[in-house]
Amino acid sequence: MNVLEFTSLVWVGSFFAGLLGALTGLGGGVVVVPLLTLVFGVDIRYAIGASLVSVIATSSGAASAYVKEGYTNIRIGIFLEIATTIGAVFGAFLAARMHTSLLAIIFGIVLIHSAYLSLRPRRERAGDDRIDTIAARLRLNGSFPDGEGRRVYHARAVPAGFGLMFSAGTISGLLGIGSGAVKVLAMDHFMRIPFKVSTTTSNFMIGVTAAASVGIYLSRGYVDPGLSMPVMLGVLIGALLGARILAAARTRLLRLIFSMVIFLLAVEMIYSGLTGRI
Amino acid sequence: MMRRKHEWTEEYVELIVGRLLRSGVVIASAIVFIGGILYSIKYGADLPEYKIFSGEPADLRNVHRIIIDVFSVRSRDIIQFGLLLLMVTPVARVAFLLFAFAKQRDRTYVVVTAIVLTTLLFSLVGRYLYS
Repeated sequence: MNVLEFTSLVWVGSFFAGLLGALTGLGGGVVVVPLLTLVFGVDIRYAIGASLVSVIATSSGAASAYVKEGYTNIRIGIFLEIATTIGAVFGAFLAARMHTSLLAIIFGIVLIHSAYLSLRPRRERAGDDRIDTIAARLRLNGSFPDGEGRRVYHARAVPAGFGLMFSAGTISGLLGIGSGAVKVLAMDHFMRIPFKVSTTTSNFMIGVTAAASVGIYLSRGYVDPGLSMPVMLGVLIGALLGARILAAARTRLLRLIFSMVIFLLAVEMIYSGLTGRI
Repeated sequence: MMRRKHEWTEEYVELIVGRLLRSGVVIASAIVFIGGILYSIKYGADLPEYKIFSGEPADLRNVHRIIIDVFSVRSRDIIQFGLLLLMVTPVARVAFLLFAFAKQRDRTYVVVTAIVLTTLLFSLVGRYLYS
């Protein structure tokens, strides 16, 4: 296999990774890293570098649309980015000191957990009208378009959300993924921010979180242009198409099938790590 | 040039943030794509080597080298420059928000945004400070 064939195949693979990532809501990174390491035999450090780049592209590309629609809460996003960016820098430092087999095992575990989180049925929680003092001070309360009017919401449990965001950042910097599932968990489950606002704000934050660790990967020589090029372009186009399909199709069955695929990838990652093949 | 005075409303900030992110991704993708075509022409017949990790050479690692080398018209340098632009897009978004919060005289968020921007710059160019 020469470079042209390799590049083309990686592009096609990344395209489907982006599609899958968008349809499951997990993001392209969680599929692209196993794809590159397990299928193409790429060293996991190169795979993480390329994945981070693609994560920035998809997050920024999608966020540009969501921000305009008025769902994204910029203040919540930027405030929690303190936690995710510092976490991401920490994660990138950890990654450099960790054996690649251990990275693969952690990746597999995170993958299973993310798939589980994304499959969990979502119940919109009853709005909490008590005003949380921290949230009020930081002006984290907001409203979003809902039918004809705007629906007001109040954030709460800010310290818990902030703490969980640090973990989300660490996972992102360590494994080269967006860790959107953990970000949504922090905002939706702990801070009781409406689901639509949580998901779009999470997506808004993912690019900045990835940017906080990618500089460290770049300076370590983990970002290879020949590999990152097809991965970035493939994931980006796949994710944009996936978002369109998602808007049109009923996705319950799709999600279930893809979550099975992701579960299998996760098991394979853990197995490869345990047997020292990664 | 005519300068329109804008109210720095949330909607206006959101509009600019959206445009900024989209332009960054579009321009970066175009550069990466052009570099990718040149790369495929030049190295297409070679054998790929990603199984064994060796790390990139210095000219593809350091921000200032990547910026200088884009004019060398070597395909790998062009791609790397496009990737660097992409990495800088979220940083530009944060820098713009810092400016917007300052315009809105929102002191708390000027501080919050400054912390995020510092972390991002540390990651991107911090290496120059301690090495």
